[in-house]
Amino acid sequence: MGAAKLLRFLAARSVKAAIVVLAIVVFQFVLIRLAPGDPASVIAGQSGAADPLFMEQLRAQFGLDRPMHEQLLIYLRDMLTLDLGFSHRQQQPVATLIGERLPATLLLTLTAFLFAVTAGVSLGVMAARRVGRAADSLITVIALTFYATPIFWVGLLLVLVFSVWLEWLPSFGMFTVGADLTGLAYAADVAKHLILPSLTLGLFFLAIYARLARASMLEVADQDFVRTARAKGVPEGRIVRAHVLRNALLPVITFAGIQAGQLVGGSILVETVFAWPGIGRLAFDALLARDYATLLGVFFCTAVMVVVFNLITDLLYALVDPRVEVA
Amino acid sequence: MSFWKRFARNIGALVGLAILVLVGLMAVLAPVLFPFSPWEMRGIPFMGPGEAGFLLGSDSLGRDVAAGIAHGALVSFLVGGVSTVAALALGVTLGAVAGYGGGWIDDAIMRFTEFFQTIPSFVLAVVLVAIFTPSITSIVVAIAVVSWPPVTRVVRAEFLSLRSREFVQAAEVLGRGPIAIMFTEILPNALSPIIVLASLMVATAILLESSLSFLGLGDPNLMSWGFMIGSGRSVIRIAWWMSVFPGVAIFLTVLALNLVGEGLNDALNPRLARRRGTLPA
Repeated sequence: MGAAKLLRFLAARSVKAAIVVLAIVVFQFVLIRLAPGDPASVIAGQSGAADPLFMEQLRAQFGLDRPMHEQLLIYLRDMLTLDLGFSHRQQQPVATLIGERLPATLLLTLTAFLFAVTAGVSLGVMAARRVGRAADSLITVIALTFYATPIFWVGLLLVLVFSVWLEWLPSFGMFTVGADLTGLAYAADVAKHLILPSLTLGLFFLAIYARLARASMLEVADQDFVRTARAKGVPEGRIVRAHVLRNALLPVITFAGIQAGQLVGGSILVETVFAWPGIGRLAFDALLARDYATLLGVFFCTAVMVVVFNLITDLLYALVDPRVEVA
Repeated sequence: MSFWKRFARNIGALVGLAILVLVGLMAVLAPVLFPFSPWEMRGIPFMGPGEAGFLLGSDSLGRDVAAGIAHGALVSFLVGGVSTVAALALGVTLGAVAGYGGGWIDDAIMRFTEFFQTIPSFVLAVVLVAIFTPSITSIVVAIAVVSWPPVTRVVRAEFLSLRSREFVQAAEVLGRGPIAIMFTEILPNALSPIIVLASLMVATAILLESSLSFLGLGDPNLMSWGFMIGSGRSVIRIAWWMSVFPGVAIFLTVLALNLVGEGLNDALNPRLARRRGTLPA
């Protein structure tokens, strides 16, 4: 694909992504209006004071005394300038809170994602090469098992086995509190804390990718160009890697884009189980404290993350598969 | 071959069905087996499985874990079933209108569907339940709101392929209205994939409900499996049974529904394959 074409593709997809983000903001606005009680009374309730003067002040501050379309415009302007509101519980702007926590979540979700894709695709390929034999059935059963297991329960079981009984790995947090490590020692400490949460989050998606890769491998393996390669005398290993796997990966990439939202959603549960200091844990704390401003901020942030992730997979897809329609 | 025979050929599906029947019996018989509230203190807290008359142990307030699991089964089935029905109603209607209507209606509905598929579904469910305060109604609504898009896509695809068939044209020539054609002519022919999807949706809904109540967003008046795991989380070092057994219940139920779904797929697909096979290529 030429550079100009790629650029046009990127521009078109970015416009689409921007429209989705706008729609998310409008959706959130509608959601807040639908909620029982107006935002002022909710916030007043949260900060523990609700005299009429304070309520009036809050209403003016949030522009609740103005017409609806003006309120929507104000809300749009705020959200798009990343003014995500103020957490009256934590006495900090929501954007600051999220900014502090976001790196931890990105570290967790990306690690889990890479693990799930590599391990899942490998298992799927192995199963596809041994269709109908014991290894295939075993891999199918493993995939089905993780698919049916609640993610937070897997986390608790891993804690039980690896932290409580075997005492191999830490069960909560992102680093050893009070150890004051720096450099490589700090990285190693974080890596040790990362193993169980990313494993927990990854196992569910591993199951999905394994099933998908298996089905997709089997489908591609039946096609003519594979038979041609075999007739030419291409070694079996090369056929699997260069001919089948490359084509079989395309649906996996597509699906990874669709699953991005689930990955982020799962991180709420995993971060809650492991006290991982990311935005998922922030959402859980916000739930406990009835801090809706923060909760909505996290919602907005995760939705935008998914949009960005979809943009990246679209681009990846266009790079991997030159046949893809640029529209 | 009959539907039942084709279904029974799949061993996994039979196992799944058996598990479902057992869990269903447990849900129905809970008031007989454990004729007391699952919230009631029955003895000493933190008793292990088999100790002090507790089959599966007692929790931090001396409540019976086994009773909680039995009573929680009904909540899981109720939420799973009702939210799936609601999601089906919404998804089938939108999918039918999009697939049969075509044109700009189809475009608009599909954009709407894509939008809901972009939003992270679990986070949306959490936000919905939190804002509208946790209750069985808000949970069911939230799960339905996040799970209808796949239904719409499947139904739309089926309607697109069926709408130009002769029996639809015949109905149109006979002067039947579009709504009658959609729901009495096309829909019955598109039921197989919807049934398979529905069984998987019940499984997903049960997982979602347990995740919500694990986070403390369950109905505060109803004992549920997710809530039990959530309350056992902080004491897992001293009372593993509090979180392990409810998790086993969720796992078995969801696994069973998935197995049944695959069995239904196997049993319903041959007919589909035959029907499509007779069409000119």
